[in-house]
Amino acid sequence: MAVEVISWLFVGIGSLFLLIGAIGLLRLGDIFARIHAAGLIDTMGLGFLILGMCFYSGFTLVTAKLIIIGIFMFFASPVSTHALSKAALDGNIKPEVDEDQRPDKRRLGAEE
Amino acid sequence: MFRSIFLAVVLFLLWLVLSGIYTPILISFGVLSAIIVAWIAYRMDVADHEGFPIQLSWKAVSYWPWLIVEIIKSNIAVAGLILGSRENIKPILIRIPANQKTELGQVTYANSITLTPGTVSIAVGENMIDVHSLSKAAAEDLKQGVMHDKVCRLEDLNYPLPKTK
Amino acid sequence: MFVAASIAILIAMLLAIVRAVLGPTIYDRILAINTFGTKALLLIATIGFLTERPEFMDLALVYALINFIATIAIMKFFRFSHLGYPQGKDEIGDL
Repeated sequence: MAVEVISWLFVGIGSLFLLIGAIGLLRLGDIFARIHAAGLIDTMGLGFLILGMCFYSGFTLVTAKLIIIGIFMFFASPVSTHALSKAALDGNIKPEVDEDQRPDKRRLGAEE
Repeated sequence: MFRSIFLAVVLFLLWLVLSGIYTPILISFGVLSAIIVAWIAYRMDVADHEGFPIQLSWKAVSYWPWLIVEIIKSNIAVAGLILGSRENIKPILIRIPANQKTELGQVTYANSITLTPGTVSIAVGENMIDVHSLSKAAAEDLKQGVMHDKVCRLEDLNYPLPKTK
Repeated sequence: MFVAASIAILIAMLLAIVRAVLGPTIYDRILAINTFGTKALLLIATIGFLTERPEFMDLALVYALINFIATIAIMKFFRFSHLGYPQGKDEIGDL
């Protein structure tokens, strides 16, 4: 019973962060800000939903598969996010920022 | 060579989890496919210290819980920023040093930055990382360098302990 | 519980689709479709629990793999207009 309550709680938190991330995807100003909202979905939303499902199903093969999905997304989501932001930067999209503290405007790691 | 054998064992464990049907003939197929994949990886030279970093072992395992706590903290902060008023969102671009010795360490650091919402690494190179941050507080946190020192310690235990406030 | 979770996921998917339709640049659309894929894999997992069919977890796992590769492939295609031979001096190819 206690385990069920915990899994309800985790699925609830995950769904909440999923919705907040989706709202952020619509509300925020430019592509680089929206990436943060997508990060919210990829880490907290997905992580807590999967954790809740793990608690719900107990010690079964389903839990093992859910953990594999979680670990894969843990490694894959920052890679695709970084690739997207780098592609946007290479596509000459200027980030809308209040303050640019970079010493110069050259792109790191770009071959000439 | 040791790395390839270890890779075969890990692949076979993965096969066992994904399969779910345990008859002798299917298990022998699983063993065979794990060995073939490990052999191909050995021939392609991809199961090295970058592709299959087992040398990090327990150090990586002790780094993840700290990272997960950081992720949850920054998640809550970003959720507040999204739901709050637009005036609070002040994006900022900074360039921070990444003095890890190996490329694997730099990738770990850049991925950790991206994984915590509120900061995204947008370019990596020349021992530097350009970071786009959603608020000034997150950028200041990153400049303190606690995460940087932790990742440095991940690849070299002789690196000095991060200073905690 | 999972009914409520799947409704929340569906609403979030709808919002992602709205961003994909609105998105001024191509990168906004790619980002929206990437998060849409993440939510789709979560929806597949919750449907697996709703209908009590554990095979859906395999589908969710495969969807996670496809989603990651599709995002990278779409971005490479828009950058270089083809998925073929490597570019520049990097022999493996660059993003």
